[in-house]
Amino acid sequence: MQTIMAFLIGALFAASIYMMLRRSIVKLVIGLILLSNAANLLIFTVSGLTRGLPPLIPEGAALPEGGWADPLPQALVLTAIVIGFGVLAFAVVLIHRAYEVINEDDLDKMRSTDT
Amino acid sequence: MSPEVALPVIIPFIAGALSLIFYKSHAAQRWIGVIGTGALLLASIVLLYNTYTQGILVMAMGNWPAPFGIVLVSDLLGAIMTVLAAIMGFGVALYSLPTISRDHEAFGYYPLTHLLLAGVCGAFLTGDVFNLYVWVEVLLVASFALLILGGERAQMEGAIKYVALNLLSSILLLVAVGLTYGLTGTLNMADLAVKLPQVEDQGMVTVVGMLYMVSFAIKAGAFPLFFWLPASYHTPPVAVSALFAGLLTKVGVYALFRFFTLLFNQDVDYTHEILLWMAGFSMITGVLGAAYHYEIRRILSFHIVSQIGYMIMGLALFTPLAIVGGVFYIMHHIIVKANLFLVAGAVYFMRGSYELKEIGGLWRTRPWLGLLFLIPALSLAGLPPLSGFFGKYIIIRAGVEAESWGIVAVALVVGLLTLYSMIKIWAEAFWKAQPEEHADRAAAFEKRLNDHSLMLMVIPILSLAAITVFIGLGAQPIYELADAAAEQLLDPSHYIRAVLGEAP
Repeated sequence: MQTIMAFLIGALFAASIYMMLRRSIVKLVIGLILLSNAANLLIFTVSGLTRGLPPLIPEGAALPEGGWADPLPQALVLTAIVIGFGVLAFAVVLIHRAYEVINEDDLDKMRSTDT
Repeated sequence: MSPEVALPVIIPFIAGALSLIFYKSHAAQRWIGVIGTGALLLASIVLLYNTYTQGILVMAMGNWPAPFGIVLVSDLLGAIMTVLAAIMGFGVALYSLPTISRDHEAFGYYPLTHLLLAGVCGAFLTGDVFNLYVWVEVLLVASFALLILGGERAQMEGAIKYVALNLLSSILLLVAVGLTYGLTGTLNMADLAVKLPQVEDQGMVTVVGMLYMVSFAIKAGAFPLFFWLPASYHTPPVAVSALFAGLLTKVGVYALFRFFTLLFNQDVDYTHEILLWMAGFSMITGVLGAAYHYEIRRILSFHIVSQIGYMIMGLALFTPLAIVGGVFYIMHHIIVKANLFLVAGAVYFMRGSYELKEIGGLWRTRPWLGLLFLIPALSLAGLPPLSGFFGKYIIIRAGVEAESWGIVAVALVVGLLTLYSMIKIWAEAFWKAQPEEHADRAAAFEKRLNDHSLMLMVIPILSLAAITVFIGLGAQPIYELADAAAEQLLDPSHYIRAVLGEAP
């Protein structure tokens, strides 16, 4: 499972970098979406994949029985998804507004503020 | 348990929420802006005083003990940065009153500034790596919205680059946080400082360190990752530019200082060598970029890059004196750089342009503004007895003691070229006569300017200039403060003991 996930994350990173290097601003945002998903999967995977062992403590005990899945990375991923969602919503609105103002979706034609 | 550690984070949040409640009343928002940032300034000064007298202060959020819950930690570096952020916030809040247009106020300028300050203070005070990521996102979202306030074409273009590269850097930070957790099973910085050296695969630790370095170097605007900075910092309203110039890149520098003293100090030869090259090239490219431009804000933006080089040089040399110099330089730089942007704004409201070719004659009409420009400008270039001289002197002296002749030579030459840029602004904007073809616009802007708004602009400029002179003339207490901060940075055991208790 870890290996498959590693390949999946690698493919996502590669795809996102490719998309971000394209000139269209829409593809730039698609690249950012893929990148944030790849990062979330990476956190989830490196902290260990555990199936079917929820970290629930039985009545009267101090620790869960047997092994358990680490809840912290799940909390981290949840936070990161929420933040990523908010930021990407902003990015989508931004490129929409930018397209309205500049009337152009080619990054190569947005050079007036460059140096 | 020290509740004052949380105040610099809570106060801007309350102020931001209050300004949202009074969203329709701009007058109320302005009052909340001034009073809220003023309260933040008081709280941060109390925090710095308590940190100086009582040692590192820790507050466990929700009373969860250290390695498990999130802690806010105020060591001297964090407290100093918080005070600087509060000074910036207060000064810019005053400066915003006459310079921010009604349209911008209507789109939530004040709530966003408070949110930005909360994010910055949170990033300076947190003791948890993931929490740092959250604060960085808080301040980024606020800065995105501030950057496009007004929605002009240049702002949109700048914002796309700014947003894309800063999101990339945040995601790299997130990846590094995930890998850190995978390696050590903890995210508390003090706990990491204990556990990272025990990790078997030290090569992997360095890889993760490099990820942090790239991520924070993008945020700090260091070579070769700074291109978003000069492409975007000159586009928003000038009060926003000043706030960004003072604070945002310094969050990256602060994080580099924190991570590469506390956490990643195992392979100093490798990591800090890279930092040293980064520092040298940042200085050179920044100052050369500035020499090329004739738009005040673009010149100043490039100088941010070059000055970041000096701070990173302090970190990269990694001797006690060099770290002192780095901390001193950050203190001096935030004040001076923001002040230069504020002066640039004042010039704009008198002449109607930031292009040096289109303005002039300010020395004839307002010689006092010329003097107020010269104080931060000469300080930036490092002329005695102003604050920049001592910052550069300490860092260069540390370089000489470490026998890193190359970087010392670069630092000295860049100081000269900085002087050239500053003299260029001085000669063009203040000394030469106003060009005839733009005289009408200048006259129109002069007519619009009234004494009341001019005074509100000058108060923060004058106060920041006074702080610059104070740091220069009274360098000894500031040096001692920086020295104490550097001592805490170089001996992580203080930090670890404060957070984790006596027996880690």
